Amino acid sequence: MLEIKNLHVKLEEEDKEILKGVDLTVPTGAVHAIMGPNGSGKSTLSYVLAGREGYEVTEGSATLDGVDLLELEPEERAAEGLFLAFQYPVEIPGVSNMNFLRTAVNAQRKLRGEPELSATEFLKLVREKAKELNIDAEMLKRPVNMGFSGGEKKRNEILQMAILEPKMCILDETDSGLDVDAMKLVARGVNALRSPGRSFLVITHYQRLLDHIVPDVVHIMADGRIVRTGGPELAREVEENGYAGILEEVA
Amino acid sequence: MGAQQQESDALEARLARCREDLAQYKAGAWIRKAREEAEARLRAMGLPGRRDEYWRFTRPDLLAAPEPAAAEPFETDEALVFDEIDRLKIVFTDGRFDPRASDDLTKAGVGIEIITLLEAAEADLHWAQDIFGRLEAAGQSPVPRPLAALNTACARNGVLIRVTGKVARPVSLIYRHYHTHSDAMLHHVVRLEEGASLTLLENGPGGARFNSVLEVDVADGAAFDHVRAQGRDHDRVAATHLFARLGAKSALRSFTLTANGRLTRNEAVVTFTGDDALAHLAGAAVGDGNSGDFHHDDTIFITHGAERCESRQVFKKVLMNGAVGVFQGKILVRQGAQKTDGYQMSQALMLDGDSQFLAKPELEIYADDVACSHGSTTGAIDEEALFYLRSRGVPRKDAENLLVLAFLEGAVEEIADEVIADDIRLRLQGWVERRG
Repeated sequence: MLEIKNLHVKLEEEDKEILKGVDLTVPTGAVHAIMGPNGSGKSTLSYVLAGREGYEVTEGSATLDGVDLLELEPEERAAEGLFLAFQYPVEIPGVSNMNFLRTAVNAQRKLRGEPELSATEFLKLVREKAKELNIDAEMLKRPVNMGFSGGEKKRNEILQMAILEPKMCILDETDSGLDVDAMKLVARGVNALRSPGRSFLVITHYQRLLDHIVPDVVHIMADGRIVRTGGPELAREVEENGYAGILEEVA
Repeated sequence: MGAQQQESDALEARLARCREDLAQYKAGAWIRKAREEAEARLRAMGLPGRRDEYWRFTRPDLLAAPEPAAAEPFETDEALVFDEIDRLKIVFTDGRFDPRASDDLTKAGVGIEIITLLEAAEADLHWAQDIFGRLEAAGQSPVPRPLAALNTACARNGVLIRVTGKVARPVSLIYRHYHTHSDAMLHHVVRLEEGASLTLLENGPGGARFNSVLEVDVADGAAFDHVRAQGRDHDRVAATHLFARLGAKSALRSFTLTANGRLTRNEAVVTFTGDDALAHLAGAAVGDGNSGDFHHDDTIFITHGAERCESRQVFKKVLMNGAVGVFQGKILVRQGAQKTDGYQMSQALMLDGDSQFLAKPELEIYADDVACSHGSTTGAIDEEALFYLRSRGVPRKDAENLLVLAFLEGAVEEIADEVIADDIRLRLQGWVERRG
């Protein structure tokens, strides 16, 4: 269970508060969505949870199954089962995707005190998961995200998720830059990972992704706070009336 | 006493010492002539001084001084680079040929003849006379390389290798360093006849001070692969020169790994004399100033004197804790060298704010139908990539190391042989894991 309480965050470099008291609980096994206009703080929330530098938490807490995430290094958060699917997956020249995946899997296992996967076990795992996401061997051999299309990059994020088997998955605007077919493929990958032991926080600007990954709960974020919470119908309301209508109502 | 007088005295002192050393050995007419000519060249240009433009970024003092500075040999129980590779071993200890540690040179195999310089020098005539000191002399213009002329004039040890066939088993020159004050000088000649091929490996520091010249004459259609690792000694200083002359449709691929070393100057002078040839030069240098001074200089001069030749330079440096990297690279395209494809890239990855990278890329083009590009970058580890890796569970240091190795990979992948390349990767991995 992810529990965020009264989280206040400002930029380290300037005196600008971005999150102004976020309260959010995602129970184990649940799929929650956060929608909101640009600049509402959605992506900041995902970065702060994953431990990116450049932000300062001034107040509040964030825990995953009782573990204080904010005290941990990014790699320790990952080992605790947190996973962020990036809005803009990073290209890493010189590191093959395969090497990257194996390094990540074994690093997490090591941090958790589990034995590393043998080359054979790892290959079997990757092949099986890659096949489900239509990721070919060529994509695994190439340097991480180099020359990947937008859809390939997002599928590669889901592949990492499938291999690392996190408890808590945050999807940051996973639909951005995807056409409908690519989005469906990604959504199918995500849905295949839904399970009673795994939670999701799906961050998106548009409702369309939520037609394919149907959430249990939808939150609307504006100006650094969660301003409304409801069921999937809230997403459709956004689609019909835009954010302006909802925000007026809240104000 | 003026600086010039001091330099000339230093030169005379070195020449006197080397004449004394050479006088103990029989020397045939061909090598006496080569040495005398080199001595004359050297007197005309003098030893490198601090005022020399070509030595602007690297102080030549330690390389030019009459006596070498002390350098403790580096000792390790780890397997040395290339140990796992099936090769013909030729060992030099502190610059002296060590027959007991070496393989039998008379059993080098089919398509290859190897003779030590000591032995070849005794004859009055030798096939190497057309190359020994000749490629070095040709490489003195337009920029003088006095330490190479000094080497031709003084070197007593080295090997002469003539390759007539496609030789699969690499020849491996191993340079051991035992004595704290050894002043080692080696001069090698490799002649690849038409269509022949050879891989030459070099490894080890060579001595407290090391001066080596490798002259390579690659005939039409021949291929020469060269991979070297300069040892892990911290205090040693080295000046190396590779002079290569490339015939039509020939290939030269040379890669150098440098980890540690107080001062290293690696010069490569490559000249295309036949059409459709290629030369790929690459280097990976990694220096941590915390484990001793580190100053590494790659100085490259490529002359395109023929049509449709391809030259490629990929030099990468990883620097930290006050390490200094230098790159001087020049591509000269002569008139008539049409369809030349020249590429030059020098990059430094700085792991902190204390280190320094000095680059001087140059292009000089006198032909009108050529494609030449060059670039030089200096940067830190990509924070975005670092966070991405950490967010996947990779600890900071491991993530940094992965990115450092990824940066170096661009140079390592220039090595054609995958087994040798993997051995080099292993060494680099060891370095990143040991670094402070």
